[in-house]
Amino acid sequence: MTAPTKTQTVSSEIELLSFRLGKEEYSVDIMSVREIRGWTRATPLPHAPDFVRGVINLRGTVLPVVDLSVRLGMQPVAGDARNVIIVVQTGAQTAGLLVDAVSDILALPASELQPPPDLAADTAQRYISALTIVEGRMIRVLDLMAVLPDDDAEAA
Amino acid sequence: MPNDPMAEIKASFFIECDELLESLQDALTEIDEGAHDGETINIVFRAVHSIKGGAGAFGLDALVGFAHRYETVMDEIRSGRLDISPEAVKLFFQAADLLADEVHAARDGLPEPDGAEACLKDLEALLGTDRMIEEEATEEVSDFQPMGLSLDLDLDFDLSPDPSGSATSDPHLLRFKPHAELYASGNEPLHLLRALAELGPLQIAADLAAIPSLDAIDPEAAYLSWEMQIDPVIEESAILDVFDFVEDVCDLEFGSQETSADRVTSLASRPLNDPSFAQPDDIPSPDFDPLLTALSTARDLPESVATAPAAPEMPQEDAPTPPAATAPPRAPSTPVAEPGATVRVDLERIDRLVNLVGELVINQAMLAQSVTEAGLPPNSPVMTGLEAFMMLTRDIQDSVMMIRAQPVKPLFQRMARIVREASSAVGKEVKLRTEGEATEVDKTVIERLADPLTHMIRNAVDHGLEAPETRVAAGKPREGVITLSAQHRSGRVVIEVTDDGGGINRKKVFAKAVEKGLVPADAQLSDTEIDNLLFLPGFSTADQVSALSGRGVGMDVVRSSIQALGGRISISSAPGSGTSFSISLPLTLAVLDGMVVTVADETLVVPLSAILETATLTSEDIRALGPETHVIHVRGAFVPLYDLGAELGYRAPKSNYEGGIVLLTAQENGERSALVVDTILEQRQVVIKGLQQSYGHIPGVAAATILGDGQIALILDPADLVHNASGRTRIPDLTLAG
Repeated sequence: MTAPTKTQTVSSEIELLSFRLGKEEYSVDIMSVREIRGWTRATPLPHAPDFVRGVINLRGTVLPVVDLSVRLGMQPVAGDARNVIIVVQTGAQTAGLLVDAVSDILALPASELQPPPDLAADTAQRYISALTIVEGRMIRVLDLMAVLPDDDAEAA
Repeated sequence: MPNDPMAEIKASFFIECDELLESLQDALTEIDEGAHDGETINIVFRAVHSIKGGAGAFGLDALVGFAHRYETVMDEIRSGRLDISPEAVKLFFQAADLLADEVHAARDGLPEPDGAEACLKDLEALLGTDRMIEEEATEEVSDFQPMGLSLDLDLDFDLSPDPSGSATSDPHLLRFKPHAELYASGNEPLHLLRALAELGPLQIAADLAAIPSLDAIDPEAAYLSWEMQIDPVIEESAILDVFDFVEDVCDLEFGSQETSADRVTSLASRPLNDPSFAQPDDIPSPDFDPLLTALSTARDLPESVATAPAAPEMPQEDAPTPPAATAPPRAPSTPVAEPGATVRVDLERIDRLVNLVGELVINQAMLAQSVTEAGLPPNSPVMTGLEAFMMLTRDIQDSVMMIRAQPVKPLFQRMARIVREASSAVGKEVKLRTEGEATEVDKTVIERLADPLTHMIRNAVDHGLEAPETRVAAGKPREGVITLSAQHRSGRVVIEVTDDGGGINRKKVFAKAVEKGLVPADAQLSDTEIDNLLFLPGFSTADQVSALSGRGVGMDVVRSSIQALGGRISISSAPGSGTSFSISLPLTLAVLDGMVVTVADETLVVPLSAILETATLTSEDIRALGPETHVIHVRGAFVPLYDLGAELGYRAPKSNYEGGIVLLTAQENGERSALVVDTILEQRQVVIKGLQQSYGHIPGVAAATILGDGQIALILDPADLVHNASGRTRIPDLTLAG
């Protein structure tokens, strides 16, 4: 395993927080990550889509939590002490992503990110904005906007 | 940059206006009640006068015009030349209402309110026409000193002798020299000069003498100045208005070409903000040219001394140049409203504090829970400390909530106006009595109470009180009385609207309800039940649809808006002596009294205001209705049964509800429903956390809260839940509609 590369981010370089979902490795741009929290039981929301695990108390604010595994068309995350919630922010929206475990912080030149090939058969396809290879492992970069529940449209 | 402080000053002017309007209403009410003493009348006069003065400074011509004419009439009263008659007081009230409209129109940039002109005409008719014009002139002169330059811009009065003392035949002479700051702040002399030209004929000459040779020019310095001769019919204050926004960053010198004696005095009356005046030993002002300087009248002299700036060539914070335009009219406002020392705070900051205290309450609950779980003895120092902490938290919470609280007085004053308008519309004589005006309620509650209260007041005038003849025949005074009272009662605010009318005609109400098919003709209803029929949607007892009520909005709407605030409304009536509506409201919208229940292992909070009673079901209570639904039989009525667990998608409907616990809730439309829960945990105050922003609307859920264990519990909206409910309580079905 690579040690986290803690180089200063220059304009052409981006940092990714990578995490594990089942056996797959995904990542998000570290700039959108606000914090990482241990697993807490979420209060389920009635009439919510299945990938919305519920809401948790984030220091007094009500934070919706998305089960990323379900969102990407896989089995639900078990929900135990080993799991973590990555709190991300896109635009004005803040949400938690429930994942199996966080693995790494990767720094790589932006030029190494490639757009994903067009294979429409997979649900996960819609949520991936780029692919890259780090030391032989393929890392998927998530499109956060697509992953998060869009307010009323899906809630209602 | 210079526009921002102006906007701020303007905003505070409008806040001040609201205070003045309030004291105006108070004083008028006192006059109405017989206080004809000079001080009360003075308060009215000063309030109107201060509004006029401030409005003049901001160039709000319509407002100035209205206030001026109102003030003129008030001055007649003040000087004892006009007697206070009941009609006059009525007109003063009407004019005060319109003045409030004018102020709000000016603030929000709305068109002028209707009826202003008619009201003023009525008002001025009190004086008689000849007298008015004649007195007008005297008033202007006698009133000159405190008013300064805020003389009205009303062209009607242009022909009256110019009170400023300068001879009207001579043109105004004005020298305008911008400072570099004027340019730096984005102002453009050309626009100002054009604005001047719009006022009337003028001659402008640019003075180029100060421009240095090309190699000595500082591109950011100001060298130009202008001299103007302005038509004397234009008021000095109108000219000053043009320079309102730049007065800090330019030299403005006024004067008129008069005798040579005046020229001599001009040496003493240097430009108003000439630094050398305050500091005679300082460097002389570089551009000062006594020959070119227009003459200031002797009147300006004391002002220029008083306000002469200390630092040379610095933009002045206190707008010294035309001080009379803004300063003097403000002065009279001080004795009018004395609300004690107050601080104006941004509402957002208060809300943040309220939120933080909410956190504190939750945290304290969490701490308490973990201390309890740790199994410490009750008399341990930790436990005693925690108890003190809990009491402090409670105190802080109460105090913070009080910051958002405001007295209901302004709301009640609005109602006084509604009574005046409504009573004159239906030709009844009505007096509004208010009690407990100082009672404080959350700002939002007050704002959202205005509409339902207006409706109730209108109803009381229109339906509650009898016509004057009927009242006299019944041995009552002609004038009906509506009492509006507010008081704190056991942690809630109770607002009552009481009339001394004929009471509810229950026979008529019942007949109407039967006619509209709201109740069966053979129903046996108690008096209270009949009274409550008024809250049914679409109910109206008025035989004729009057202009006032009967707009299709009934008491049902009033009740739903009260319920939306977490309140309840009740009615009581005694035939012949009147009807009383009582509204009970929570003190704040940030916390809510709720019943904490569990359903399918989830904890939920049901607002206490929605719960009528709780009950345990027995087999006799439950009746199957359709193949998928149940009703329960409570107190002679059939109430639909909803399984909360099923409606929220937590579980499938149970096979048997016997022994289950139900919450009997009342809907906004008076319909009742029974919600099945598993257990009732406790009754407590919870801090309301919005879900809307972080997630969006969930059917049946009003908000969320954080419990003592740090978990989030949802707060139900029973009305919305039932509205969206499937009502399935029999066949297991997981894919619920919603």
